[in-house]
Amino acid sequence: MYDKDKIIPGLIIFFFLITFPLWYNLGQAAYESPKPKLPVNVKKCIEDTEWMRANHMELLNEWRDMVVRHDMTHYVNSAGVNYEISLQKTCMKCHTSKKEFCDKCHVKVSVSPYCWDCHVAPEEVTNGQ
Amino acid sequence: MDNKRRKILKIAAATAAVSFTGLPIETFASYLPKIGKYVRSDKEKKAKQWGMVIDTRKFKTKEDFERVIKACHSIHNVPEDIPNKKQEIKWIWEEEFSHAFPDQENPFLAERYEHKDVIVLCNHCQHPPCVRVCPTKATFKREDGIVMMDFHRCIGCRYCMAACPYGSRSFNFRDPAPFVKHKNPKFPTRMRGVVEKCLFCYERLEEGKLPACVEASNGAIIFGDIFDPNSEISKVLRENYTIVRKPELGTGPCVFYII
Ligand code: HEC
Ligand code: HEC
Ligand code: HEC
Repeated sequence: MYDKDKIIPGLIIFFFLITFPLWYNLGQAAYESPKPKLPVNVKKCIEDTEWMRANHMELLNEWRDMVVRHDMTHYVNSAGVNYEISLQKTCMKCHTSKKEFCDKCHVKVSVSPYCWDCHVAPEEVTNGQ
Repeated sequence: MDNKRRKILKIAAATAAVSFTGLPIETFASYLPKIGKYVRSDKEKKAKQWGMVIDTRKFKTKEDFERVIKACHSIHNVPEDIPNKKQEIKWIWEEEFSHAFPDQENPFLAERYEHKDVIVLCNHCQHPPCVRVCPTKATFKREDGIVMMDFHRCIGCRYCMAACPYGSRSFNFRDPAPFVKHKNPKFPTRMRGVVEKCLFCYERLEEGKLPACVEASNGAIIFGDIFDPNSEISKVLRENYTIVRKPELGTGPCVFYII
């Protein structure tokens, strides 16, 4: 083989670099699921917990369009319970803290919904702002 | 060959049949996570075209104006005391008679009109020019005649502001939040880069309430369906001489003034 003394060190460096992320993370804390603070005096969300976890963002988008563009102000869930559609008045009535609930997951997965640029989080009110 | 043609015709016919059912697109959009149902509020006030009559004779003192303006601005989180006057946000405000009604100007106008102030707001026009120019349909006319804003779609292009002949729209040149002293937790605020204006209290009508300014006006503002001949407002319009702002532009304002 020509240039053996160049190719072999080259390959070693290559494998070192490509596996870098694997052994760099060795010994570091494993991923932990976020633990949002759940409401205490109610048991059920608007839909099943599993479904909410996966679909709350799309539900919110749909809620928004229904109220703002189609004059539909109430949501009847799959069990027949009627909820007023509102991020601030409904979601945040049960989930009384944005920091301890929404943010707990969102920070972990690096999403930052821009909703709170306008929508008033419960914290902003209790802080007397 | 023939077979293929038939298939295409069948698909075309089926598509046409679906589009003629008149159902909203949401009915067929299976990508939406639809498991619940959407319904209207049972307390909702309904109309074909909401309108307003403002009795300017009943606005006498400064306090009369301020009470009405405050009622609106406080519940809708409208920022106040922005230092730069050009960046002010206004949903309902006081305007000089000659500015509100430039077409009524006349050098011999009775003095009591010349320096009179009137209350002005979005006219919720029958033919709103702002809606025609909006490139994202962020502003649109609802079935009940309200010229609505969808703040989620507003990209801040300000075409609507250029189109509105009444200056009813304000642009958020800066983050309004620091200028909202007492936030109403029941209504959202706005952010930098969106246009805002009066929405005829659509959120209160849905709860069966009258707009905040009407409630605070002690009878100086009458609100109702101007297309319903039996409504109180239609009666007031029949019995009083009223004017509207800049009628020559053909926008069909729905806010009327008794002078
Ligand atoms: C009636 C009170 C109530 C309302 C209203 C409500 N929630 Fe919940 N939500 C709960 C409860 C209680 C749980 C926890 C259920 C459980 O323990 O399984 C929950 C769970 C959730 C979860 C899953 C949390 C997890 O640990 O996986 C999400 C996401 C969520 N809610 C979002 C929302 C959103 C978004 C809204 C508004 C559209 C909303 N909720 C409205 C009571 C409510
Ligand atoms: C159980 C964890 C969890 C909780 C609690 C939670 N979210 Fe989320 N949310 C997520 C995840 C994960 C995503 C990102 C999903 C994706 O990337 O597709 C997300 C995305 C979103 C999005 C879309 C963001 C975007 O940029 O597209 C919105 C809006 C949102 N969440 C609103 C809320 C609100 C409001 C609350 C509190 C009432 C809340 N979420 C609570 C996990 C959570
Ligand atoms: C530019 C400011 C702004 C942003 C950003 C914003 N909203 Fe809104 N939102 C409003 C305003 C103002 C209303 C009142 C109705 C309207 O649009 O005129 C509203 C209404 C709503 C409503 C229905 C009424 C209610 O009380 O909740 C929902 C649901 C909603 N927004 C969800 C969202 C979600 C989810 C996000 C983030 C993905 C978001 N909004 C981002 C300003 C905003």
